[in-house]
Amino acid sequence: MVADVAGQTKTTHLFYQPLLIKRRPRALMTGDKIFKVFTTSVALIVVLVVGLMAYYLYLGSRPSIERFGAGFIVGTKWDPVKGVFGALPVILGTLTTSAMALLIALPLSLGVALALSEYMPKRFSNVFSFLVELLAAVPSVVYGLWGLYVLMPFLREVVYPPIRSSLGFLPLFSGPIYGGGVLTASLLLAIMITPIMSAIMRDLFALTPSTLKEAAIALGAIKWEAVKLMISYARSGIIAATILGLGRAIGEAMAVTMVIGNKFQLLPSSLFDAWYTMAAILANEFIESIDELHISALINVGLLLLVINLIVLICARLIVWHYLKVVGGIMRE
Amino acid sequence: MKGRSIALAGALLIVIAIASVAIWHLIAPRTTSPQTTKEASINGAGATFPFPLYDRWISEYCKARPNVKINYQPIGSGGGIRAHIEKTVHFAASDAPLSEEQFQRAPGTLHVPMTIGGVVVVYNLPDAPRGLDFTGEVLAKIFLGEVKRWSDPAIVALNPGARLPDEEIVVVHRSDSSGTTYVFTDYLSTVSREWEERVGRGVAVKWPAPRAIGAKGNDGVAATVQQTPYSIGYVELAYAMKTGMPYGRLMNAAGEYVEPSIESVKKAVEYAAVELPRGNESWSNVSIVRSLARSTQARGAYPIVSFSYIMVYKELSTLPGMDEATARALVDFLWWCVHEGQNYAAELYYVPLPSRVVRLNEDTLKMITFNGQKVLRS
Repeated sequence: MVADVAGQTKTTHLFYQPLLIKRRPRALMTGDKIFKVFTTSVALIVVLVVGLMAYYLYLGSRPSIERFGAGFIVGTKWDPVKGVFGALPVILGTLTTSAMALLIALPLSLGVALALSEYMPKRFSNVFSFLVELLAAVPSVVYGLWGLYVLMPFLREVVYPPIRSSLGFLPLFSGPIYGGGVLTASLLLAIMITPIMSAIMRDLFALTPSTLKEAAIALGAIKWEAVKLMISYARSGIIAATILGLGRAIGEAMAVTMVIGNKFQLLPSSLFDAWYTMAAILANEFIESIDELHISALINVGLLLLVINLIVLICARLIVWHYLKVVGGIMRE
Repeated sequence: MKGRSIALAGALLIVIAIASVAIWHLIAPRTTSPQTTKEASINGAGATFPFPLYDRWISEYCKARPNVKINYQPIGSGGGIRAHIEKTVHFAASDAPLSEEQFQRAPGTLHVPMTIGGVVVVYNLPDAPRGLDFTGEVLAKIFLGEVKRWSDPAIVALNPGARLPDEEIVVVHRSDSSGTTYVFTDYLSTVSREWEERVGRGVAVKWPAPRAIGAKGNDGVAATVQQTPYSIGYVELAYAMKTGMPYGRLMNAAGEYVEPSIESVKKAVEYAAVELPRGNESWSNVSIVRSLARSTQARGAYPIVSFSYIMVYKELSTLPGMDEATARALVDFLWWCVHEGQNYAAELYYVPLPSRVVRLNEDTLKMITFNGQKVLRS
């Protein structure tokens, strides 16, 4: 009997199908609205958090802003004993090391991602993808320790001396070798951001429709040309991955401070020389500092870091967008 | 349509905010209300240098007293002092005493020196002898960058017969703010006029040497010195002993070269303890380094030594959320640290307090009151 009734309802429903279609969107709309309100409020929370962060950083850095004003940004001295603070050297250090890291990491991670998704046999690529994802999850202090105990001695003993003896005529590659320094920090940062960037890019390439590649090959394109098409197709995702990597490089504190040498100077004498970054000076001096102005100056550095991150991310978006448009070519709108 | 959903989202946010505040108010009084049982939970925060020792003390002390919970957060001396002034912790720890101005802002503060640290000069010279001799002036010149090479006559004169290479000196210093840096620069400022004028003393300073690199933490300096040939740096006594790296002997005011050790550091404090203030007075001018630099009689005393302090208020009832049971437990814990706790110091490479300082601390702890009543009755 029950089955019968059920059967009947089914037929009725089938019979009045046009009515059902009419009712469905209305039912969906309430859920849609709730979901929309939910997602919008979550997005607003993000804005709120960033706003609150900027506000409290501003509050904390008020004594420093009142004392130094804009001179803080162009100041080149950092003397906690005499109470003189300027952030230009660390700003330059942050920008240089993250730019160098990105320069190394972008082609590297593109290569890793393409190898994993296009060139490697499936069996190997699964294992390697897993390893890459594992590397992306390693905490930065572990990278820092590895940098300090393994990478630094290796670079000092094996890599840097031949570079200096062959390229030493350039000021960039002259001067004393400590092991740590600008180049070491950039290399370590590049190693740190490559896994996350290549993991995202590999997923992007896996998601490109195979018809795209097949069509290109059917039209007589060689594999490299088909791959170029894929890069161009995944362009916006590559930008997102790059920006994620750059954000991590700019904000990285622990690993950088362990290998960069932490020397507060406007410009290093060479790529082997020690330097400093904004995040590193925060990680170093915030904890045990006692003097109010010193702490305020450090919070001011934090505020600048937030602002610079914002500016750099916007610029990076513009630059990478433009660059990929030129290289990609084929898929230009 | 769009405007409405944003407005709705805003309303939802406000509701969430109000709800969370309401929930917090419901929960909050329960956690701060005085406990009817005799359980006591003590909160402390501050210096990172003595943390391994304090951690050991807390676990040993609480093992025998399951109704006492002690929580110490190593947030740094600066954070400890701030928490003390704002009265957000029951006790605070710092490697530096309160400055005159901080002492004014936290009236009724008692300083209790808990343990002693020594700063050791370490170096990395392939096939050079261990135990090179330094004077304060030569050390200051090295860290100023004026003595640039290991073969400099100033170093050779102090170490006749030692094989010193003709290599440039790499200065390694702490990149993070630290009590260790404060003590070391206090020493250099005391022995060198030029250092005092050009650099001064502080938890972080502007390092003038051109070939200098900063490393984070005692372990960072130790690792960097061990890895960098021809470098020189300074670390806490414990790190010099644990790593077994070569360290220098320093000339003290009595004119003898002293090897850093638990004994020579303890001896230094014994000499300096004569002029310590009482626990309820200002300690802002206390510097073992400076009083050692004056005492030409301090034989066998290592010259770069300092206290690490715990600070408490004399009247504990002024702290929010403090009850009598907690006050009793806190004072009992501090009393235990000053006495039994000192036995754990040496195995962790901290220097135990000499008896004169222990007696001073006993007097200090006896001053502590709760609602005007002495907490310790003896």
